[in-house]
Amino acid sequence: MSPYNPSDDVIEVVRSPAPGPVAGTYRAFGETLRGLKTTFARIVEGPVTIQYPEEKTPVYPRFRGRHKLHRFEDSGLEKCVGCSLCAAACPADCIRVVAAENTPVNRVSAGERYAAVYEINLSRCIFCGYCEVACPFDAITMGHDYEMSDYTRSDLIFTKEMLLAEPIERTPLRREGE
Amino acid sequence: MISFAEVNYFEPWWVQIIKSIVIFAVIFAILPILIVYERKLLGRFQARYGPNRVGPFGLLQPMAEIVKFAMKEPFRTATSIGLLYRIAPMISIVTAVAAMAIIPFGDVQHVFGQEVGLYGIDVSIGPLYVFALAGISFYGVMLGGWASGSKYAFLGAMRGAAQLISYEVSQGLALVGVIITAQTLSLTGIVHAQEGMWFFIPQFAGFLVYLVASFAETNRAPFDLLEADSEIIGYFTEYGGTSFVAYLFAEYANMIVVSAIAVTVFFGGWLMPFGIHPPGWVDPIVVLVKIILVFTFFIWVRATLPRLRYDQLMSLGWKILLPLATLNLLVTAIVVAS
Repeated sequence: MSPYNPSDDVIEVVRSPAPGPVAGTYRAFGETLRGLKTTFARIVEGPVTIQYPEEKTPVYPRFRGRHKLHRFEDSGLEKCVGCSLCAAACPADCIRVVAAENTPVNRVSAGERYAAVYEINLSRCIFCGYCEVACPFDAITMGHDYEMSDYTRSDLIFTKEMLLAEPIERTPLRREGE
Repeated sequence: MISFAEVNYFEPWWVQIIKSIVIFAVIFAILPILIVYERKLLGRFQARYGPNRVGPFGLLQPMAEIVKFAMKEPFRTATSIGLLYRIAPMISIVTAVAAMAIIPFGDVQHVFGQEVGLYGIDVSIGPLYVFALAGISFYGVMLGGWASGSKYAFLGAMRGAAQLISYEVSQGLALVGVIITAQTLSLTGIVHAQEGMWFFIPQFAGFLVYLVASFAETNRAPFDLLEADSEIIGYFTEYGGTSFVAYLFAEYANMIVVSAIAVTVFFGGWLMPFGIHPPGWVDPIVVLVKIILVFTFFIWVRATLPRLRYDQLMSLGWKILLPLATLNLLVTAIVVAS
C-alpha cells in the first residue's frame, strides 16, 4: 500500500479569509436582517396548513382508495360474476368470495353466477390495486375514499352491500393541472 | 442644569391603591392575550395557523392550558428543599410584577378633581429600581434550580445565572447613556426629555445593546438556552403544574417590563410621533400599543434566529456588547459634557 498521494486533479478548497471584527459584525447584522425578512415573507404568504377534518386534501384521479363494486347502469345488475380472480390476485389475501348460481327468479348478476358473499377485510388490504387489474369485468375498482378508520376490527370487514353503496362523503378530486 | 426627579406624593392613599389595582389588573389581563398572540404570530411566521381550536380563533387556548396545569399533581423530587422550592417561583413573579410599578403609562391627569399620575409610582431612581428587582429575580432562578435537588436543574440554574448577570451589565450600561442624555433618573422625566426627539435616534447604539441584552435577560430566543424547551435542561426541570406556570408567567411579565422600559426610554413613552398631542386618556393606549409592537419584535426575532451556543453567548455579551455599551456611554458623556 502506497501512502495516499492525491494527484493534480484533486483541487484544494479555496476559502475566503475569516472576516475581521468589523466585517464580521457587519455580516452578522446583514444576515440577521435577511433572516428577519425571510420570516416576514412567511406572514405575507399566509399559512399553508390544510385544516384536515374541515378541508380535505384532494386526491388524484388514479388514487387508490377504498374499493367499490359496480352495477350495470342500465339493468342494475351487478357486474361481479363471482369468479374469485380478485381473491386469487390479492397478495394480502383479504378478499373472500363465495359464488352462487343465478336463477331466472333470482337474477343478481349478468353472468351465470354471482357473488353471494363478497367481503374485503380492509384492515389487511394494502391498496395495491391488483384486484382491479385482475377483474375481467371491471366489477371492482379502487375508489377515492381514504377515511376508513374504525373502532373495531370487525367493522373493517366490508361486505358486498357496503362496497356497492356510494360513499357518504365524497373525497375531493384534484382538478386538471392542479 | 440638573433637574431632580419630582416624586409625586400628592395623591391620597386611596388613589394609589386604585392605581395599583388597575395597573396589575391590566397587566394580568394582558398576559394571556400576549401568550396567545405570540403563539398565533409564531405560527404565521412558520406558515401555519397556530392554536385555533379552543374558543373563537383559539383565543381561549391559554385558559385551557392554565386549567390543564392547575389539574396536575403537585409533584416534587424527594431531594428537593421544601420551603425554598416553593418560594423560588414566587420570587420570580414578585420581582417581575413589582417592576411594573414604575412604568409610566401617561402623564399626570386630572381625574375627578384629583391629580393622578398614570403610573404606579414615579421613583427618583427609575431604572435602578428595575435593575435592583432584576438582581433579586436571579434568586428565583438560582434557588429554583438549587432547591430542586437535581443536578441538572442545578447546572441549568448556574448557566442561567451566569447569562443573566453577564447581560445585565450591558443592559444597565446601555441605559446609562440615556440617563446622561435626559439628565434625570425619573422615567417620567426621561419621557418628557424625549419631546423633541425619541432617544432611539441619538442613542441608537445604546438601543441596540439594550435590545440584545433584553433578549438575554428575558430568556428569549436566540438566548433561550436557559430553558430551551426541547433540547436541554434548565432550572425549572423539576417544576410542574402551577409552579411551572409561575415561572412562565414571570417570564412573560418580565418581557412586558423590558418592552415597557424600552418604550419609555427609547420610544418616547406616551408621546405620539409627528407632534400629535392627543387628550390625556389616550396616553395609556399609546404606551400599550408601543409595548405590543416591541413584543411583536421579540416574537419576530424568536421566529427567525437560531439559538446561540453557550460560548457564543458569553463572548457576545462580554466581548461585543459590553465594550459597545461602554463606548456608547463614553461618547455620550463627552458629547453631553462638551
